[in-house]
Amino acid sequence: MQYSSQAVAKPYFIAAIGLFVGQILFGLIMGLQYVVGDFLFPAIPFNIARMVHTNLLIVWVLFGFMGAAYYLIPEEAEKELHSPLLAIVLFWTFLIAGVLTILGYLLMSYAKLAAFTGNSFLPTMGREFLEQPTITKIGIVIVALGFIYNVGMTVLQGRKTVVNLVLMTGLIGLAVMFLFSFYNPSNLVLDKYYWWWVVHLWVEGVWELILGSILAFVLIKITGVDREVIEKWLYVIIAMALITGIIGTGHHYYWIGTPEYWQWWGSVFSALEPLPFFLMTVFAFNMVNRRRREHPNKAATLWALGTAVMAFLGAGVWGFLHTLAPINYYTHGTQITAAHGHMAFYGAYVMIVLTIISYAMPLLRGRAANSNKAQVLEMWSFWLMSIAMVFITLFLTAAGILQVYLQRATDTPLAFMAVQEKVALFYWLRETAGLVFFIGLVIYLISFFVTGEQKLAVPAGATAMN
Amino acid sequence: MSSEIFTKSMARNIYYGGSLFFILLFLALTFDTSRALPNRDHRENLTPEVIKGKAVWEENNCIGCHTLLGEGAYYAPELGNVYLRRGGDQGGTDFIKAWIKAMPTGAPGRRQMPQFNLTDEELDAITAFLKWTSQINTANWPPNREG
Repeated sequence: MQYSSQAVAKPYFIAAIGLFVGQILFGLIMGLQYVVGDFLFPAIPFNIARMVHTNLLIVWVLFGFMGAAYYLIPEEAEKELHSPLLAIVLFWTFLIAGVLTILGYLLMSYAKLAAFTGNSFLPTMGREFLEQPTITKIGIVIVALGFIYNVGMTVLQGRKTVVNLVLMTGLIGLAVMFLFSFYNPSNLVLDKYYWWWVVHLWVEGVWELILGSILAFVLIKITGVDREVIEKWLYVIIAMALITGIIGTGHHYYWIGTPEYWQWWGSVFSALEPLPFFLMTVFAFNMVNRRRREHPNKAATLWALGTAVMAFLGAGVWGFLHTLAPINYYTHGTQITAAHGHMAFYGAYVMIVLTIISYAMPLLRGRAANSNKAQVLEMWSFWLMSIAMVFITLFLTAAGILQVYLQRATDTPLAFMAVQEKVALFYWLRETAGLVFFIGLVIYLISFFVTGEQKLAVPAGATAMN
Repeated sequence: MSSEIFTKSMARNIYYGGSLFFILLFLALTFDTSRALPNRDHRENLTPEVIKGKAVWEENNCIGCHTLLGEGAYYAPELGNVYLRRGGDQGGTDFIKAWIKAMPTGAPGRRQMPQFNLTDEELDAITAFLKWTSQINTANWPPNREG
């Protein structure tokens, strides 16, 4: 750590990990509800568990992004953060608002929460992933503005690198696209059309800029490869991401009432969407192979390579699997979608946050890297979680293929619930893989508390290579 | 990408130029879609009851279990065409209202839908909304009435 204000990243990372644990616990509850339908009913109905699961994911990934920005922007700008105090105030604001919102989901019915928070004045609730009460959404905007002001001032007054400019672009894009969550027309088709401007243009648009810049930063640090080389790659990757991803939004406009020409635009451009992820994988391995130093943090290197590979598999390959309109006609809204969603989010956004945490946390705790013992545990957790996620994805894909066959691609379609019972075996297997994921997560947590012989703090000059 | 023929500034120009071009193309397609939609979404039938029905849909978080035109959660049946699946103009409305009122079934081990305690007015509204939704031109999706 080169600037004392980078320390504000630490609470953000800790909160992210804490909420991650909550997300997985609710995932396990839902997974069981898929096969034991009345589990925890009516205390926690499925829709509530799902809302907690997905909202916690979004919130903890945002905590991770903010922590990443607070860590890397001062270092890139070569300047202390504009206001560490503001960062801490916003941290508690965001955490308290987030926790209150989750408690609201769990402690009262959703309709009561809507009434209690005055949803009728500006109705924004009850849409997938945007279930937060309107006041929470306003809070998110305020936190985002304060955050962007804080890191933005730091960049403006400091050194402007490609990494921090791309990160800033991604963060500003994230905030701007979120504003569409306040637009909720009563015409369902329009509602869905612009809902995707938040959801798709986040995860297949501006978030990829954030992902790319964090990955570039970590690779510069751990490989010592010339910044010029890495920045060129970063430009190519994000160029491909936006060139394919913006019109790629069209793959959501096949069956929601929008004109048929979207089937062409969506199919052609989203078929190209794996490209930036493929480039990212080539990039990460190339840089590590051409490394000019042996960084003591092996675990961070593993996460950096892992995020590139898993993002390519989850977002690239599993996305392509069902993105062409004639295929999507049968797979739209089935377990195939769920399979893709799980591996894409894990590979791209969970793992990039765990990458920056793995790299930055030891430095924030005053050492170049964790002890060998702690790193070995962390790498075990990497493999357990990643392999478990591969199996979750495979089991959901199997369930999805059967679902498509039994319910849609047949002359004698069965009803939805009849099909669900027939594929229950795969839901049991998915839940088992989920338990393995949870074991991996517990080992991950333990790795933070394992001591052993630690690598000393970064020797003078070792980070000055950049 | 070690070759010096392809420089960083070329990569940067592709990023800026490409992004700008495709943002403009996306906005142009959005403009064209906005002009085409009135013929597909039958917005002339958006009565106050349908609009209220959408609010009932949202404020009870129906999307947390069901899909609507394929989007949402995959725990419970697709509802974009439920009005047609349950009889359309011959009984669709009555079926949906009776179904919502009868929940939860309480059958052991089966997936349960909560009791939302909707008023008669809200039940009429949600049904009107689902009927309206079933008449959107969705390019023939879903493939069959099972959704």
